[in-house]
Amino acid sequence: MSGVLVVAEQRRGELRPASLELIAAAQSLKRDGDHVAVAILAPSPLALVAALKLAGVDEIIAVKVGAAEFDPDTFEAALSALIAERAPEVVLLAHSVDSFGYAAALAAKNGYGFATDVFKAERIDGELVATRGGYGQKVNVEVDFPGRQTVLLAIRGNVFKAPEQAGSPKVTEWAAAPIASRARGLEFIELPASDDVDMTAAEFILTIGRGVGEESKVAQFKELADALGATLGCSRPVADAGWLPKSRQVGQSGKTASACKLYIAMGVSGAIQHLAGMKHVATIVAVNSDAGASIFGVAKYGIVGDIFEIAEELRRHF
Amino acid sequence: MKILVAVKQVAALDEDFEIREDGRDVDADFLIRDLNEWDDYSLEEAVKIKEGHSEPVEVVAVSIAPEEADEALRKCLAKGADRALRLWDGALEGSDPIAIGRALAAIARRESPAMLFAGVQSSDHAFASTGIATAAFLGWPHAAVVSLLKYTAGARSAVFRRELEGGLLQEVEIECPAVLTIQLGINTPRYASLRAIKQAAAKPIEVISLADVGISAGEVGEAGSHSHVRRMLIPEKGHAQLIEGTPAEQAVRLAGIIREFKGDAV
Repeated sequence: MSGVLVVAEQRRGELRPASLELIAAAQSLKRDGDHVAVAILAPSPLALVAALKLAGVDEIIAVKVGAAEFDPDTFEAALSALIAERAPEVVLLAHSVDSFGYAAALAAKNGYGFATDVFKAERIDGELVATRGGYGQKVNVEVDFPGRQTVLLAIRGNVFKAPEQAGSPKVTEWAAAPIASRARGLEFIELPASDDVDMTAAEFILTIGRGVGEESKVAQFKELADALGATLGCSRPVADAGWLPKSRQVGQSGKTASACKLYIAMGVSGAIQHLAGMKHVATIVAVNSDAGASIFGVAKYGIVGDIFEIAEELRRHF
Repeated sequence: MKILVAVKQVAALDEDFEIREDGRDVDADFLIRDLNEWDDYSLEEAVKIKEGHSEPVEVVAVSIAPEEADEALRKCLAKGADRALRLWDGALEGSDPIAIGRALAAIARRESPAMLFAGVQSSDHAFASTGIATAAFLGWPHAAVVSLLKYTAGARSAVFRRELEGGLLQEVEIECPAVLTIQLGINTPRYASLRAIKQAAAKPIEVISLADVGISAGEVGEAGSHSHVRRMLIPEKGHAQLIEGTPAEQAVRLAGIIREFKGDAV
């Protein structure tokens, strides 16, 4: 068993950005002489090969599968066969919604070592060691994989920086044996922008989280955001409660706030998915009554205090 | 007709906590336990299916945990579960999500439900793996991060929406029985009434052993796990620069940060 197999991810014919980060993660693990292969599973995989020709990649395996889009049965079967044939020591997947749907099954069925949401992978005395968070990211947990010939790691997004330098890997076409999947993708549905707000374009976002407490309190923050010239956003619990439309939710599963440069989070504790979705923002200011809230770990500035008091005082200045 | 709901009593950390002497976990004295937030939603989804069905549907909450998880299971009973089942044996100590999945699958084989729900992940360790590992051992179809479900108890297929990244959803049809992992926000979990809480306190929690579900000690715990914890450590974290002072003083600083940004943006 040797080498690293990266499983790139695509959706609707487009490579997902996490795929390239996995190539960087592979570099941190590979030993001298290790072969780094990138597999891309799609109905027409050759169309996606060009973007994967990066420095550090020795081979791109264009895996032709029957399913038009991600499907757990199809991906498990194809990757089980590919891994059995190539016998890599490490397989890297993105810790993504797609991999949530099949990675654990792939590892369970084939006896691979397995860890998810890994943000550091290294070799300590020759042993593969992966680090992930525990207890709501309050501790780091180092895990290893004694006796496992192949180890599958699902890598957290936005940790490794995608390589930019081009490379010239060889391209191998590989056809997966057809299978009868037990699920069928019907259609994709875009979240409607129900109240004409475009979170993806907003540069200044004021977000409210669970700390807002009740629906009747939302209006005063909308008023504050308007006065500040900010776009009002929210974390998942506020959208799930129906206090603000889902189109205003930011974080990993909400709209990608890709243009945001100033982010004020009021009463947002900072679930890992929320933080992962906002990590790119240059200036994060967190206001929270709980000094131990995870969001203070990523914010540039922090105010430990009552969000209503701070909001009221801030309003006087604008 | 039966729906099995896998639940976990999760642990959060006290503000100050210590790592255990062997360095491989947090000292249990510093753990604050509660029912996993995701599991509240999967239980509610099962109870809703039961309530919307004309034939009787039994909702069974199941947990692989020592006695302390009874509290979480009683919460499930108070919120509409008909039965609670807890599997434990010292050999399960140190199990990773795959070993837990193996045990859950064994329970599912014994109970033969029409559907199995689990949370997308747990709030403590966030593996996002247990439900899907369970499906692998059962050989059942499976899907993760379900945010809407159209399913009639006992039907041969279900239609659901997966919540993808960036505000995208995918609608999928799946054969049943299946394992689905349920996302927050799929429904609005009910509060248990005082009466229901009292009744739940009197209901039995069925405790079963590995032998009852036909698993050997070597298939679970560290021996049956696909990863092994070397150590836990308290990370050196970056921390926000704290703005101190009275709320009025803090607001002045915050207003300054906003003005500076707006100046840059012009």
